[in-house]
Amino acid sequence: MHMADALISPVVGGAMWAVTAGVAAYSVKKIGNDLDEQKIPLMGVAGAFVFAAQMINFAIPATGSSGHIGGGLLLAILLGPYAGFLAMASILTIQALFFADGGLLALGCNIFNLGFYPCFVAYPLVYRLITRRGYSQRRIFTGAMLAALIGLQFGSLSVVLETFFSGKSELPFGTFVMLMQPIHLAIGVVEGLVTAAVVGFVWQARPEIIKRTTSGETLGSISIKKVLAALAIAAMMTGGIFSWFASAHPDGLEWSMYNASGKEELAAPGGIYHTLAALQERLAFFPDYSLKNQQETNTFAVGTNESWPTVNAGTSLAGLVGGVMTLMLAVITGCCIYMFKRRHKTSGV
Amino acid sequence: MSNMTTSLYNIRLLDELAEKKTIIHNIHPLIKVLTTVLYLIIIVSFNKYELSELLPLIFYPIIVIALADLPLMILLKRMLIAFPLLIGIGLFNPLFDRSTMVELPWMQLSGGWVSFLSILLKGVLTILAALVLIATTGITRIAAVLGMLRVPRIFILQLLLTYRYISVLVEEVGRTVRAYALRSRREKGISFSDWGPLIGHLLLRTIERAQRVYHSMCCRGFTGAYHTGSVSRVRTGDVFYFAGWGIYFMVVRFINIPATLGSLITGVVR
Amino acid sequence: MSHHIVLVNNLKYMYPDGWQALNGVNFEILHGESVGIVGANGAGKSTLLMHLVGVLFPNEGEIRVGEVPVIKKTLPLIRQSVGMVFQDPDDQLFMTTVYDDVAFGPRNYKLPEEEVEKRVRSALETVGIIHLINRPPYKLSGGEKRAAAIATVLAMQPDILVMDEPSTALDPKSRRRLIALLRRFTHTKIIASHDLDMVLELCERTIILQKGKVIIDGPTGKILADEVLMEKCGLEMPLGLQGCPVCGAKKLYKR
Repeated sequence: MHMADALISPVVGGAMWAVTAGVAAYSVKKIGNDLDEQKIPLMGVAGAFVFAAQMINFAIPATGSSGHIGGGLLLAILLGPYAGFLAMASILTIQALFFADGGLLALGCNIFNLGFYPCFVAYPLVYRLITRRGYSQRRIFTGAMLAALIGLQFGSLSVVLETFFSGKSELPFGTFVMLMQPIHLAIGVVEGLVTAAVVGFVWQARPEIIKRTTSGETLGSISIKKVLAALAIAAMMTGGIFSWFASAHPDGLEWSMYNASGKEELAAPGGIYHTLAALQERLAFFPDYSLKNQQETNTFAVGTNESWPTVNAGTSLAGLVGGVMTLMLAVITGCCIYMFKRRHKTSGV
Repeated sequence: MSNMTTSLYNIRLLDELAEKKTIIHNIHPLIKVLTTVLYLIIIVSFNKYELSELLPLIFYPIIVIALADLPLMILLKRMLIAFPLLIGIGLFNPLFDRSTMVELPWMQLSGGWVSFLSILLKGVLTILAALVLIATTGITRIAAVLGMLRVPRIFILQLLLTYRYISVLVEEVGRTVRAYALRSRREKGISFSDWGPLIGHLLLRTIERAQRVYHSMCCRGFTGAYHTGSVSRVRTGDVFYFAGWGIYFMVVRFINIPATLGSLITGVVR
Repeated sequence: MSHHIVLVNNLKYMYPDGWQALNGVNFEILHGESVGIVGANGAGKSTLLMHLVGVLFPNEGEIRVGEVPVIKKTLPLIRQSVGMVFQDPDDQLFMTTVYDDVAFGPRNYKLPEEEVEKRVRSALETVGIIHLINRPPYKLSGGEKRAAAIATVLAMQPDILVMDEPSTALDPKSRRRLIALLRRFTHTKIIASHDLDMVLELCERTIILQKGKVIIDGPTGKILADEVLMEKCGLEMPLGLQGCPVCGAKKLYKR
């Protein structure tokens, strides 16, 4: 699933952009060191291939439905993690620009969810681990299947977390997870089957293509330690950012903590919460986390159905009237420009 | 099948629109990118219950679309494609947030509905902004902007190559799938046993093509670095364009124009 | 001028999968010559061309362009003097606009942008598609694509033009236009093709390859008219030299 601009907050969008840009910069550096410039056109053309392949409908056996692939894992297997990640980033950028898939601010989230996990988690830690001792159809199948499943589970969890910390959706964390993970399990099965089928075929027809990626380049030597370290850093960064939110935005976390432990005090707003809240008030550019809003969400989380303090029939009506006026004005402006341009054209001719 | 044709059509249409020569098209691409980014940040910075506050932001796409001669209906149709997701996620808001928030003489609206509408409106505005950007700038100039913003050249080249070969490969994939469909009994989709060979063959052809592209690049002196041409300089008019919208966005961000307008009118009526 | 002599000496090349594509090829091409390379599918034409521009390197033997051997170290020099037009223009037009595509080569040699633009314009004017300068390649017709692909090579200002099947997938009019265009060029030309009528019109000399070896090397008119030889090489006489299918009259080859 693509995250949409409308569902994220500036901080989540910005943080994910920063993390993604970091991973991309690191990948570019890695590829630059590789000195295998032959890979550059392959990245581009393979990216376009995955873009086109995403439009193929695969009939899923025994269900009567059909699915398609995301392709992150396929790109990682074909190009290695670094080039695969960049190719995925290009695809998602083009989709965001031309197809309104996701959005420009959510692009960081989308590249991370659909590029980072398949390339830097599923590929090295699952697929490579399974195929490390040599290839066979069975190993390729198991590796691709497990990698696709795990990559997509991470990705969808990531979507849930990003939506949740953005605070635009009221979907409780637990419900959202329960919705997303099973769906992505099914999507993962399709992704795994297609990837396994393709990789298996290519391995049989041109084994050197599959082997080259793994042996030639840094992948063979991609140390699991390094990946884990990168993951840890990413986790710490996101964790840090998220915990900042969590303290400032206790409703959802409290909800899930409450469910998990049955105790509410776990998320008790302590001293840190107050200092952060005060800090936020000063930086109130991000109003989702303004104090006023928190009080509201707090009361909601506790479960009282108190109405929002600012509800007032007068302001509501004024808001509606003003809103309609604004819209009308906007439409009139647009029409005026059109008319003006048309007259300009006809008078010019 | 049909979505392949649509996506090709879509890319071609946006490319064609980007070739127009209007005031908006002539604005420096960097300025357009920055304006779009600022606009998007302003939109998503609104709190989930702010609905009327967002409305004045619609002036931006409307004015730009009108000035740039873009076909409004087609852009709106493109926009609708992204809507199912927003509705799917957003519809939970009215379910979970039932506290009354808006009170009108004849009806009440819960906070959930307000935040749902706010998500939809944000969807409209953000999607339009992205479409308007690409329809008035085009991928080549966006790539030049990325170069100005110090994005590594390798990534830019790669992005352009992907973009370039989408139309080639979508057609190739389309031909293959059509040839498959003509010889298979199935109504839709590709049956499981054929996944590997069909996609695999396409992939092998793709790899060979990439090889040839690489050779043709090498024959013209490619050594791994990509050199973009120079981009024109930012003019004073461009700066004013950015400043104008920037000030307007800020005003909208900090002053609730519709509410002020509305209370003025309701006050007069009373 | 001996500078542009192309010398191919006992060239042997085996693909990694064991296929011996070239098996001792020898020839020499002089400055300003126009040479057709013909042969059945799999005779080694494309492989040979790939060696001329240093995309592939021989297992045995050598190639010299001018006084320079084609080896990894001399590639920048070689690629400035030998321009290759690929069979599929979609492989050669890899950028998003015709301008960027034609500019790709000159930019790689770090020419100043004004010089790049001058070269792009003059190359596009030469092939007659200056009006398409800002088009994306997918919007070009087959003939326009071919012209653009040739322009990308001309912008490098090579002395020798190497072409792989330049007339495939062109309609008769575009093919005619291409032939007229190529005839105007004073470059040394090496053209691999199955379009024997085009070879007949463009090249005064023809080399026939079979199974990675030069079967014959001589004047085009004589070689392509040799029915027995052509049959032996898996080829056919150009239509221009065959009798009229209706009246049986032999058409005379005129140049």
